[in-house]
Amino acid sequence: MGSSENEFLKRYEIESHDFSRAGNVSTQIKELLQEIGIDSSIIRRAAIATYEAEMNVVMYADKAELFLTVNPERIHIRIEDKGQGIKDIDLAMQEGFSTATHEMREMGFGAGMGLPNIKRNADKFNISSIPGKGTSVDIIFCLNETKQK
Amino acid sequence: MKLREIAELLEAEVIWGEDLLDKEIKFAGGSDLMSDVLAFGKPGILLLTGLSNTQSVRTADIIEAKAIIYVRGKKPDKDGIELAKIKKIPMLSTKNMMFKTCGILYSHGLLGVSDI
Repeated sequence: MGSSENEFLKRYEIESHDFSRAGNVSTQIKELLQEIGIDSSIIRRAAIATYEAEMNVVMYADKAELFLTVNPERIHIRIEDKGQGIKDIDLAMQEGFSTATHEMREMGFGAGMGLPNIKRNADKFNISSIPGKGTSVDIIFCLNETKQK
Repeated sequence: MKLREIAELLEAEVIWGEDLLDKEIKFAGGSDLMSDVLAFGKPGILLLTGLSNTQSVRTADIIEAKAIIYVRGKKPDKDGIELAKIKKIPMLSTKNMMFKTCGILYSHGLLGVSDI
């Protein structure tokens, strides 16, 4: 963990295709944010968004790194994956659009709700992708604004 | 309504959490789709699902569900039970299908997520 006076950074690795451990990183982040004393409604939104993003990595990417940065102003979760990437991001953002396999759907995911769920929960959300290389997602939660979702 | 009364109404088997049946439950939501649960679930929910893998427990933990009831006689796998023990989420299983499970609980006064 790197840290400065008012900020710390923690890095996590997310393994792909590991359905049994999927959600493990989200749970760790949730517990860490609870220890820091972040507002419970923000923790809840961050946990949901991170979990959906983690499931996306497990289902579609080869592997990913997650960077958690927390300072007094915000929580920033950045996920950089290596994998097939997304050809049409606008299409992927539509609720109900999915390229999931039967196995993914059996896990209770893959209904085309993941990215919209992340966006709905985040205060700021950005996604970029290079087909054939990978996808990066930035999820930001502001700590100074009271936003009820 | 206490979780114990819910277990009796549904003739449910307690898979784990016998000591936690005095938990008070006000509302429930049913889905096999975890993304829907993540989108619409609220803290304190009683999660009714037919999805019996570990992700049902992860999702319950993330949304702060009070308990999980598996419908259609489904039972969670070993990993799921272990995770539920760590997270202290009681698990029950009823042979009733989803529709009947919801109907029994709603008719006995349990609210839906949208009523909260």
